[in-house]
Amino acid sequence: MTTDAINDQPEHDSHDGEHHDHKMTGLKRWLYTTNHKDIGSMYLWFSFIMFLTGGVMALVIRAELFQPGLQIIEPDFFNQMTTVHGLIMVFGAIMPAFTGLANWMLPMMVGAPDMALPRLNNWSFWILPFAFAILLSSFFMESGAPNFGWTFYAPLSTTYSNGSTAFFVFAVHIMGISSIMGAINIVVTIMNMRAPGMTYMKMPLFVWTFFITAYLLIAVMPVLAGTVTMVLTDTYFGTSFFDAAGGGDPVMFQHIFWFFGHPEVYIMILPAFGIVSTTIPAFSRKKLFGYSSMVYATASIAFLSFIVWAHHMFTTGMPLFGELFFMYCTMLIAVPTGVKVFNWAATMWRGSISFETPMLFSIAFVILFTIGGFSGLMLAMTPVDFQYHDTYFVVAHFHYVLVTGALFSIFAGAYYWLPKWTGYMYNDTLSKWHFWCSLISVNLLFFPMHFLGLAGMPRRIPDYALQFADFNKWVSIGGFAFGLSQLIFLVLVIKCVKGGEKAPAKPWDGAEGLEWTVPSPAPYHTFETPPKID
Amino acid sequence: MNNGESQDKVSKQAQVNAKDVSVKKTVKKLMLIVFGMFGFGFAMVPLYDVFCDITGLNGKPSNVAATYNAATIDTERTITVQFLTRTAKGIPWKFEPMMNEIKVHPGERKTVKFYAKNESVNDIVGQAVPSVSPGRAAVYFQKIECFCFNSQPLKATEDVEMGLQFYVDLDLPDDVSTITLSYTLYDITSSVDS
Repeated sequence: MTTDAINDQPEHDSHDGEHHDHKMTGLKRWLYTTNHKDIGSMYLWFSFIMFLTGGVMALVIRAELFQPGLQIIEPDFFNQMTTVHGLIMVFGAIMPAFTGLANWMLPMMVGAPDMALPRLNNWSFWILPFAFAILLSSFFMESGAPNFGWTFYAPLSTTYSNGSTAFFVFAVHIMGISSIMGAINIVVTIMNMRAPGMTYMKMPLFVWTFFITAYLLIAVMPVLAGTVTMVLTDTYFGTSFFDAAGGGDPVMFQHIFWFFGHPEVYIMILPAFGIVSTTIPAFSRKKLFGYSSMVYATASIAFLSFIVWAHHMFTTGMPLFGELFFMYCTMLIAVPTGVKVFNWAATMWRGSISFETPMLFSIAFVILFTIGGFSGLMLAMTPVDFQYHDTYFVVAHFHYVLVTGALFSIFAGAYYWLPKWTGYMYNDTLSKWHFWCSLISVNLLFFPMHFLGLAGMPRRIPDYALQFADFNKWVSIGGFAFGLSQLIFLVLVIKCVKGGEKAPAKPWDGAEGLEWTVPSPAPYHTFETPPKID
Repeated sequence: MNNGESQDKVSKQAQVNAKDVSVKKTVKKLMLIVFGMFGFGFAMVPLYDVFCDITGLNGKPSNVAATYNAATIDTERTITVQFLTRTAKGIPWKFEPMMNEIKVHPGERKTVKFYAKNESVNDIVGQAVPSVSPGRAAVYFQKIECFCFNSQPLKATEDVEMGLQFYVDLDLPDDVSTITLSYTLYDITSSVDS
């Protein structure tokens, strides 16, 4: 056992549950494990593998778009690439990475020995590889993989499906079940497993954001399951939910899908807010500015996310009142988001800041996420959305919030907690290379997309008019540079797992939180007796 | 000392049990939300229809025959009703209105004809689906008789003239002077067969 003051317990106290057993070895350890740290690591590795898989697809897309004309792949395969790239990055890379961070850190942050439902936790991870195996297997079928866009609009996914709809639907069902179980676990853990004395308003903001995100998941993943079920029965069982010939309505698909889809984008960004709200105070050596306003801002963003879905559909022919309603509600989201950005800036204000790699990623997050937020505001304005809709401007917008937003926050979190996970400090030089290469290439990759979109280049096309050639060349170069930069991270993590400079229990002098009170690497079992919170 | 330790264990056990109970309670509540939201996803289908019926937002006119009961004809107003037809992908039919537009007074009953011809060598069942623009005029466009209420089977090379009898409701908003009625023709042979 540990020698730490808080966790110093006699051995015989820890034999009252099966998850306290000694760990098994080899493959069995990972298959049968109910330990939150093991499961967290598996989630993180899985998401990184998926990130590389989806990344390769992005590179295929960028290779084809390097020059105008069709060079490398057929349009149908191009569509499969954009579709599966989107699905993998959303459901395979970003979401499991957040779940992995939640698994690793939540129990330690609230002073719990493990997640509340450890077996469910094991299951929710282990069904994920099967979901993605089903999805990716469709590449090897005669009909090919899904080619209707990750938003699977009917009738593209129903009447005009290439035959991959069933694979797609079942894969999404399994991903959805996994997310719902993961979310239930997070909520139950936070509500029931907090150490005595840790009231809700004493929880770290990281815990708060995951708490609210889990509620969003529980509320909207079932709606997604319902949507894909309707698509399934429309395609194969002759129902007409979305088929006008049978009395259905294809526009209704978009309403139901975006009722899920908009909260989904906050599912991918609220945890990011939690991560940078942890790292920025640590490296500014100040308390987080406006903790309670952060909590309320997160909650109001979550609430507003349910009443803005139709801003994805301004061009479907909505009545004026609907367009105005959804426009103003969408713009309202800028207020709580602005509160957050202000609070991060105020936290750094007059702090004694040091620029370790987690902080670099966090600062980049604040600036670049704000750029993505501003382009979101532009898209929220109905009149101009008619110009931007379905152009590269939209692509630029959501990649700024998802790559330089969500992904950068995950990197920030990974660097911040790597010493706690592995027990070793990561290689600082490599991490700086990773950061600066990523930062420069990601902007080369996504910033010109704004101009392409404003000039009218439509998204989801394998070919384009000649006047877009120069920008596309630079975008593709940026894409390949960004993709290759991520291999630095892979090397760094492998090196850090294998060894390096020994990490102390608290490698960051400004860090706060219970996770730093246990030694590095965190012992297999922590907080079997809850710590005291004052 | 020994006694105290076992008492400690008992109270710890009680704490664990209490925690288990509250965990189960929370899980049950959350599962209710999950199933509720799954149901809500499907409930959105009828809700959407009801919402659109009331507001006429999606331009979907009623699929039920209206009874003609306009007491008066408002000869002060003249409404232009335009007819559009299109065939969905994959149905080899000729399908067009026999007159492109007609002028009506609100409350006045009119009959127009549409022509359809199966230009293929197969027997095909077609289904016309109407849509009204502007959308908010949909609830005021009353069809007394329409070929779109039923499917239309046509043998190979057979043709048919199909009737539509309608009137425009007296309550039609004042700023609407033109109504466009558009029909899309779908091939529903496979779903009729099965």
